[in-house]
Amino acid sequence: MNTQTSQTARVPLVELKNMSISFGGVRAVDDVSVDLYPGEVVGLLGHNGAGKSTLIKMLSGAYGADSGEIRINGEVATIHNPRDARRYNIETIYQTLALADNLDAASNLFLGRELVTSLGFVDDDAMESEARKIMARLNPNFQKFSDPVSALSGGQRQSVAIARAVYFDAKILIMDEPTAALGPMETKMVSELIEQLKSEGIGIFLISHDIHDVMHLCDRASVMKNGQLVGTVDVNDVTDDDLLSMIILGKHPHGADGK
Amino acid sequence: MQRDPNIAQNPGQNFISKLGIDLRLLGMLGALVLLCVMFDLFTGGRFLTPRNLFNLSVQTASVAVMATGMVFVIVTRNIDLSVGSLLGFIGMAAAAIQVHVLPDILGLGHWSIWIIAAVFAVIMGAVIGAVQGWIIGYLTVPAFIVTLGGFLVYRGAMWWITQGQTVAPLDPTFRLLGGGADGTLGETLSWIFGVVASLTAVGLILASRRRKASHGFTVKPVWAEGILIGLAAGLVLGYVWIMNSYKIAKGALPRIAEARGVEMVDGLVLNHGVAIPVIILLGVTIVMTLISTRTRFGRYVYATGGNPEAAELSGINTRLLTVKVFSLMGALTGISAIIASARLGAVDVGLGTLDELRVIAAAVIGGTALSGGFGTIYGAVIGALIMQTLQSGMASVGVDAPLQSIVVGMVLVFAVYVDIVYRRKTGA
Repeated sequence: MNTQTSQTARVPLVELKNMSISFGGVRAVDDVSVDLYPGEVVGLLGHNGAGKSTLIKMLSGAYGADSGEIRINGEVATIHNPRDARRYNIETIYQTLALADNLDAASNLFLGRELVTSLGFVDDDAMESEARKIMARLNPNFQKFSDPVSALSGGQRQSVAIARAVYFDAKILIMDEPTAALGPMETKMVSELIEQLKSEGIGIFLISHDIHDVMHLCDRASVMKNGQLVGTVDVNDVTDDDLLSMIILGKHPHGADGK
Repeated sequence: MQRDPNIAQNPGQNFISKLGIDLRLLGMLGALVLLCVMFDLFTGGRFLTPRNLFNLSVQTASVAVMATGMVFVIVTRNIDLSVGSLLGFIGMAAAAIQVHVLPDILGLGHWSIWIIAAVFAVIMGAVIGAVQGWIIGYLTVPAFIVTLGGFLVYRGAMWWITQGQTVAPLDPTFRLLGGGADGTLGETLSWIFGVVASLTAVGLILASRRRKASHGFTVKPVWAEGILIGLAAGLVLGYVWIMNSYKIAKGALPRIAEARGVEMVDGLVLNHGVAIPVIILLGVTIVMTLISTRTRFGRYVYATGGNPEAAELSGINTRLLTVKVFSLMGALTGISAIIASARLGAVDVGLGTLDELRVIAAAVIGGTALSGGFGTIYGAVIGALIMQTLQSGMASVGVDAPLQSIVVGMVLVFAVYVDIVYRRKTGA
């Protein structure tokens, strides 16, 4: 990739170094290192259970790593819980969406970061007003602002989860299977959104097991298998089949090493 | 409460949706009115009397105050089985300090005794609740087990304070907090209270309308807002009017006249007015409603109940939240302990027995889902009122005590079934 040399000269936005975590004796993530630069999309590929979601949950604060180091802008970051991650402007769109089904869209959008009045009471009307603005941009068809999100369709729920991540000036965005539940129109919307966020200099980790998504949206791809990193490649240097063999066989394509 | 979604467009439904009143609220109020009218017919007009409504509202206060806290406990997918025992323990401790401890230090009948005892009760409840919440949240012992243990511990601890002796008489000022002929606002203050309360309600409705309009949201039609305002003011003033028509009995007249500074003359008529426990309940209901709908803490309670994992991932400290919820439950149990002990004027080891079940039943009848995430404060208060109405009504009709329990038990199950059907139909 032609920007490769300039990227290595710059400080990475995120560095995950030698990350490991075990659950009950099983090494879910085993000594994995990946990095992410501003304005870059890095795809994380692998089978179910390859460890990609677990790796990324250590960055978003959902899990604490057994060992390894997280650096943000070159400085060591301590992330023990989701609140820590939010302080580093890390936002996550979880595969499960992590929505409180009994609350409405605006309450979910601002969950943990409610707008309050001067008296310290939550300002539902102001939050709904803000929610209407951002949803008008992301998903103009969205109208169900007073219903609990359990009453929304899969795509509408997804757009609430996405709105939550992009509303709060994310610098680092983690998207775990963002298009898994979406129709063609909504998938296209997500692609456009990713392009737009990239141009704003946001770094994005995109977890997926759809190779076409990754080839289409990502700059680099890191492939995991059985908790270990198979390798990181520049998507322009590899074919679909190369990626497929990395995922299935855990075989690194010759000469396409991103390092 | 069950409605076919296909008839959602009929005029009656449209009328109600324009009013913005929850169907569930309407159903509960309907059930309450139906019960009252039924009992009134069966007793030949002895049920809907100022006297009975006064007693009914005073009897409801203790359980209803705790039920508002139980809503938060159940919404966060927990349960508290200890509130009845805790009420007894706190009541006994607060009674012991005002009868055996404070008079020795401050002198018998000192003006501050009731304040110290009341504050002590609330703090004691908050601390014990926080300890239970800490065991549940941080040591991850299930709430059912922790509070089942508490249920036994507090009932036993209550006995140890005075070796099982009944503590009496409580401080005279403290006893006013329990209601009765003395523990009311009196007629004039009741009217002032009624007017201020209705004006506040009207003000809040109008302020909310203005706020919504300023954001450009659609607001209810003017006539709907007018009906709501009329209902709110009418309900408050109507209640005050009824309480102000409950005459004080001849025997108590000289004492009350003296307390109110009225000259005792032949043919003097004094009325009760609104009871202090009812004022306390109203205050608790308003504060708890504000907490549940207008504070971050309240929002986190519902978010955690709806999806604990999502709440945690949103940066909510769900463990600390559990401690706070149980501490609040404890503080409210302290308030109920004050009301319950003050009402009886004495505390024996049986105080609060079975209250935990009444409180849970009130919250559940009021629409709080045991699966978590759903429940309202007003619902729990109305639930407590329905329970008490049912119990008092059956007693005044002359239903035997065992049959009363059978009916209450069946009503509880039926109410929850109706609620489940309602939820399924509305998809909420």
